[in-house]
Amino acid sequence: MLSIIRERFRQGHRTGKFPKEAPQLPARFRGLPEPVGDLSLSACSRAVANCPFGALRSSANRLHVDLGRCLFCADCPAVAAGAIMFSNDYRLAARCRDDLLRGEEEYRLAKQLDKQMLKLFGRSLKLRQVSAGGCNACEADLNVLGTLVFDLARFGIQFVASPRHADGIMVTGPVTENMKSAVLDTYAAIPAPKLVIASGACAIGGGPFCNCPETHNGIGDLLPVDLYIPGCPPHPYTALDGLLRLLGKL
Amino acid sequence: MNCPALITFRPGTWIALADSPSLTLAHFRASLLAEIGNGARVASFFGQPGGEALDLFAILANDVRGELGLLRTSIGKSYPALTPDCPQLHLFERELAEQFGVRPEGHPWLKPVRFHNHWVDTADLWGRAAGEHPLAGEMNFYRVEGEEAHEVAVGPVHAGVIEPGHFRFQCHGEEVMHLEISLGFQHRGIEQLLVGGPHPATIYQLETVAGDTTVGHTTAYCRLLECLAGTTVSARAEAIREIALELERLANHVGDIGALAGDVGFLPTASFCGRLRGDYLNLTAELCGSRFGRGLVRPGGVPCALDKTLVATLRQRLETLEPQTRGALELCFDRPSVLARFEGVGRVAAADAEALGLVGVAARACGLSRDARANFPGGRSKGHFELPLLETEGDVFARGNVRRREVYAAHKLLNRALRQLPEDHGNVPLGNLAPAALAVSICEGWRGEIVHTAITDGKGRIARYKIVDPSFHNWSGLAMSLRGEQISDFPLCNKSFNLSYCGFDL
Repeated sequence: MLSIIRERFRQGHRTGKFPKEAPQLPARFRGLPEPVGDLSLSACSRAVANCPFGALRSSANRLHVDLGRCLFCADCPAVAAGAIMFSNDYRLAARCRDDLLRGEEEYRLAKQLDKQMLKLFGRSLKLRQVSAGGCNACEADLNVLGTLVFDLARFGIQFVASPRHADGIMVTGPVTENMKSAVLDTYAAIPAPKLVIASGACAIGGGPFCNCPETHNGIGDLLPVDLYIPGCPPHPYTALDGLLRLLGKL
Repeated sequence: MNCPALITFRPGTWIALADSPSLTLAHFRASLLAEIGNGARVASFFGQPGGEALDLFAILANDVRGELGLLRTSIGKSYPALTPDCPQLHLFERELAEQFGVRPEGHPWLKPVRFHNHWVDTADLWGRAAGEHPLAGEMNFYRVEGEEAHEVAVGPVHAGVIEPGHFRFQCHGEEVMHLEISLGFQHRGIEQLLVGGPHPATIYQLETVAGDTTVGHTTAYCRLLECLAGTTVSARAEAIREIALELERLANHVGDIGALAGDVGFLPTASFCGRLRGDYLNLTAELCGSRFGRGLVRPGGVPCALDKTLVATLRQRLETLEPQTRGALELCFDRPSVLARFEGVGRVAAADAEALGLVGVAARACGLSRDARANFPGGRSKGHFELPLLETEGDVFARGNVRRREVYAAHKLLNRALRQLPEDHGNVPLGNLAPAALAVSICEGWRGEIVHTAITDGKGRIARYKIVDPSFHNWSGLAMSLRGEQISDFPLCNKSFNLSYCGFDL
């Protein structure tokens, strides 16, 4: 017993001060892309063509990034061309698919739920997570929200074991053909009204498996999505920030 | 019998397809069984259509000699199964049957593996409707009949934030007589996507073969391409890859031990390890911006710089983390109540582990000396004399303790690697891949040995890419460990293996 208490003191208090204090992210973390320069039309179309996932779009001399398709990869042709840079901003979650298009104007972060839904879920939100072809990176970084560093439960949010106990489904992965019916069955088993959250590039638009024969292009084609959390995988703070925005806690 | 049919080679060299003779089936079979009898094991086994017939390749690994062996033959629509004489081939032959519609006659357990259509246009082996996607999990499960026997079915959706899979337990009261595991729900068709490549999307798909083993799989992939292209990467790039591999191992091993502690209700270690695991992931993120090593390994080198300041930061943070990790782990491994739950549970006999071809942590916990870092050092590594770390009991404790000792070893390896980082020589462009060639790369990921094999076509494009994640061998080990155990101990046994669903499903 004494050794446990001694170790507890040695390990220290580790719960983060989020959301009162912004988290410290690694210097090389790739967050919200910022437009930093104009390109020639030909350089624009070259960059667009060089993104394997079609995440770049050109408008005049500018490049826009579709955060629903972007893997925030280190090889971005738009970064190489000097059109954008990835900032350290981890806040990425949005309510509409179109809001994920990152241009020059201010990025439209997720708005809170409407009054009725907020009354139902604002103080207690239970989610059933389903991995449908997720590679275990998204799953692992959602799991850590339960560790003492993030302590998800202090915000009234919990992952639950049964869809019957859930207020919504949080999907990761592109939705493989082999998981499609299990995802839809899980959604059907959740009592209405219910939320759908797409977490990670795969769940939003298929990610690296966009337009592949054994997978779908995310959950959006199958269910109405209430919250998109971009990233490959999303940083735990990106997911936490999105959930708190949805519940009007930020 | 002497086996001149076997072509031996080491990882890092490629073989011209023209130089590998296609044996008669009888010769292939005799050579394979003779090699297995001499202590080799099957690292990879796959088919590749060649005209009317199917070319069959077996990659054997000899851990003692540090050598790989290649056997090749050609089969038609059916052939006598090898599994009855060589149980470690059982999943490989099922996979072969599912991919190409060939029937291994006499296979004792011929069921689908990943539930997809045959890759070639042929009648469905299981008589499923043509033109429709097979239903995942639709197969004949093994059943124990009897008044007092009952069946428990779990999944594909599980009660936690984890990947999907289906488990069928045949129980007598609380005791599990048999566990059958049916996967395939995560199947994304990665091997098929690589044909004709490498494509621009390939490296990103390889990063997600098993997202928790990004560094392991991308290292295996890059070493394979570099071997086929005759490209030698800088010593520094190889050193950084090994650093990243050890960081990945640390994060996952520490997380696994925390999960084991959580499953027996010892919460201090579970809590401490949950935090420590994240701190190790953050070290990888310092290196490449991603907690999972995305963008860290690329063909031709490592794109992220590791300058003096960053080396100092990493060393200083590892120095802080090491005693904290030691404290968290020792607390749990010193506790009689924890050990009473770990010891003797989920035991796999060494003979079974050998017969099933287990690899990695699960194999080392049974006393099998299988660690690619020691036996098949890739790239420029000379190997590590302090590895492999072995336990002999084959139970939950042994698998936990192998991890604990590997955590301490990883700290030593990292310390040394960061101190002796070779000078920077930059990255090298990848040349063209050798045409009509076969190459194999092996990399010891945190779960165990990752084996990638590529065959190129006449133009140097990938004609066949075979991925063997350690989970492919080890899921059978989990099923075996449950025999005679209480069904309530499944979570504990499962965590002690912690296998990948998507790494298996591909």
